[in-house]
Amino acid sequence: MVNCFHCGDPCFDTEIKYEEKSFCCRGCKTVYEILYDNDLSYYYDLENTPGISPKEIAGKYDFLNNETIREKLLEFNDGKIQIVSFLIPSIHCSSCIWILENLNKLDLNVKTSQVNFPEKTVRITFSATENSLKDLVILLSRIGYEPYISLEDSEKNKKDIDRTLIYKLGVAGFVFGNVMFLSLPEYFEHTEFWLDHFKPTFRWLMFAFSLPVVLYSASGYFISAYKGLRSKILNIDVPIALGISVLFFRSTLDIMMNLGSGFFDSLTGLVFFLLLGKFFQQKTYSYLSFERDYKSYFPIAVTRLLKNSEEKIIEEQAEVYTIKKGDRLLIRNNEIIPVDVILIKGNALIDYSFVTGEAEPITKQSGDKLFAGGKQQAGILEVEVLKPVAQSYLTQLWNNVAFSKNKTGIFESLTDSISKQFTIGILSIAIISTIFWLTFDPSKAFNVFTSVLIVACPCAIALAAPFTLGNLLRIFGKKNFYIKDASIIEQMAKVDTMVFDKTGTLTTHQKNLITYEGIALSQEEKQLLTSTLRASSHPLSRALYAILDKNNIQTLDDFQEEVGKGISASYNDRSIKVGSYDFVSFYAEETSEIKNKTAVHISSNQIYKGCYIFNSEYRQGLTEVFKQLNNDKEVIVLSGDNDGERERLEGLLPKGTKLYFNQKPKNKLNFVKNLQQKGKNVMMIGDGLNDAGALKQSDVGIVISENTNFFSPACDGILEASQFKRIGDYLNLSKSGIKIIKWAFLFSLLYNLVGLSFAVTGHLKPVVAAILMPLSSISIVAFTTLATQYIGKRLRTNINKEN
Amino acid sequence: MTIIYMLLAISVFVALVFFAAFIFSVKKGQYDDTYTPSVRMLFDDEIVKEPTSSKKNTSEEKLTNTKK
Repeated sequence: MVNCFHCGDPCFDTEIKYEEKSFCCRGCKTVYEILYDNDLSYYYDLENTPGISPKEIAGKYDFLNNETIREKLLEFNDGKIQIVSFLIPSIHCSSCIWILENLNKLDLNVKTSQVNFPEKTVRITFSATENSLKDLVILLSRIGYEPYISLEDSEKNKKDIDRTLIYKLGVAGFVFGNVMFLSLPEYFEHTEFWLDHFKPTFRWLMFAFSLPVVLYSASGYFISAYKGLRSKILNIDVPIALGISVLFFRSTLDIMMNLGSGFFDSLTGLVFFLLLGKFFQQKTYSYLSFERDYKSYFPIAVTRLLKNSEEKIIEEQAEVYTIKKGDRLLIRNNEIIPVDVILIKGNALIDYSFVTGEAEPITKQSGDKLFAGGKQQAGILEVEVLKPVAQSYLTQLWNNVAFSKNKTGIFESLTDSISKQFTIGILSIAIISTIFWLTFDPSKAFNVFTSVLIVACPCAIALAAPFTLGNLLRIFGKKNFYIKDASIIEQMAKVDTMVFDKTGTLTTHQKNLITYEGIALSQEEKQLLTSTLRASSHPLSRALYAILDKNNIQTLDDFQEEVGKGISASYNDRSIKVGSYDFVSFYAEETSEIKNKTAVHISSNQIYKGCYIFNSEYRQGLTEVFKQLNNDKEVIVLSGDNDGERERLEGLLPKGTKLYFNQKPKNKLNFVKNLQQKGKNVMMIGDGLNDAGALKQSDVGIVISENTNFFSPACDGILEASQFKRIGDYLNLSKSGIKIIKWAFLFSLLYNLVGLSFAVTGHLKPVVAAILMPLSSISIVAFTTLATQYIGKRLRTNINKEN
Repeated sequence: MTIIYMLLAISVFVALVFFAAFIFSVKKGQYDDTYTPSVRMLFDDEIVKEPTSSKKNTSEEKLTNTKK
């Protein structure tokens, strides 16, 4: 088997030889020619078979002729120079970077282009002419780097990258280093003339340095503590804010009264470590988006048919938002229908798998309603609009309350729950010891009170969760499970009910298991069948053709395709009919058993032979996953499809798994809501827009994705399909993570006990605090990191064993 | 020993310069993409093929042909 020189795919029967190199298709060869002729063949030296086979795009980008749409896509435009940023999902290697940054050699309008590899975007500066943007998009598509342009791009809300945390961390780190330098002389209790002489200068300099830390870097903790107190929650930021303010005022008082050097070193160190934890907890996958809604799935423009003054029909590229009720639209092959419409003309074969969960494309006749989100698969359609995009059947789902609430706000994290007892405990210790010292030695009372609050500042507790969860987040990421933020892992550990979608989640999108039932076909009949299917563009024909033996393909005498029904063909004295049962058969009722299944029926010489049944292929390890989950969780399957697969699913899944079919997107959402009202913690696993509501409503919504480059609805995590069988392991890992956090809490409480014993006896020197606080923080970080690495390794060895 | 005031001022000044440089570089987006530049820097040395003028002409013709 020869592999394509351009894209690396195996070349089947269509190998094209060109300049002693093999290509799998004409598209790949064309790209090679373009690059070679422009002296860009270095592309192939950088990496082996780096290319992507280009897709057919005829007419697809005509909407770029529309001035207003162009204007919306452009980042900058002064009439001479234009700048545009494209998301190009197919960027994957260094060759891609190189070719995209050398675009100016392919298109003379291009001035510069710069790739952002992690985000898979390219930013292009080019000279503005009437067609330059469209030419650019077409050029990119022709060399295999088709930009992804969707309805989302028409809303110009340029996302500002939030860098405040880095600034705060920078300030805290800068100050921490400088304050450590300045406080070093104080650690040696020498009385030396010059040291004493400069003491005030050093101390006031430290004071000046720590001002921005308290006022700017630590501001988040004060705000969060205030918010917490106002809603009567003692979150972890309350004792932290208390500690920081006591540290600052006590230190200021100390240097004013010349009582000591103050605790500026501990103060700045504390804030620096806390912010470091916050920073570590974030792990962003810049090329993944967890916030997408239908807008990034829908097209930005659609072809509208207008009648001009002479009653002639003209085509116009219109923005989707401007489509009104009653407009006539033209939907091309493979285009997504952006609004609810009525079919006027054409053969509709609509793939709804992403929108409703129905596995197979549906044939529709003129006069039928077509819902937004379906993908046309057979030729051109003419349709009339029923509702504008914002009011269509599918997009109304986003009006549900589930989409307006922010679910992370409600969730009480493990840290918050411990901080309540902690804060109360610390305050009572501080008060009791103060009362004790007031009766024995009132001069020490203030000292002890502030010392307790300083040393008990729960730095280590506040760091335990961020570092554990941050580490887990990275371990998951390495295993192709991408989670939005760290708090999701805590929620995952609590899950007791798992709800699965069927189509695309339990089944794969790509493969179908095809079995034949009926009278065996003879060799000649098989040949005729293959020859017939070759000419058909119906998805089922394509799938069936792919598995058949392709030798001895004949030129047919007669071939007719009736869309929505089937194909009839003849060769010599043989005739064949392939298609739906009604079309093929001449007698007898269809047995109900087969009726609900997707099948291609065949008759030869007017005698019914049998049918090829398309069973959706379930993911590898499905049974094992469900068995593992069934041990301690309730497992439910919610499908938007009909119940044709019920029996097969029941055979595959353990007994007691509840199966629900014909579930509309809204039903799914309400189903999850009901479970939650019964006190369940629900994890929803889905893949399409039809699951979007349930994903949002659930405590943890995970999307299964065959290819993380493609669209996935808003969710808390994206799981690569190849890792489906590990779901159970991931849940166990998150549970072990919670255990680690609890151990870390215990350790940090021990540190606090040591510190408190210094504090209540009135012996807390600045140098003790300066050692104890970083020591506890660092040892907690070390402990959590080692422990998570250990459990991560255990998962890895498990995976290796399976392989 | 009063020179120490001067030294302090200088050291704080130098520290502030570096701090400002850090803030500036973050603001300019230098840390937004830490991967691509590492790949890009490897390209420049290896482009050795200088396009000959005659070849370039034919290639442009071809490109315009395919555009049609």
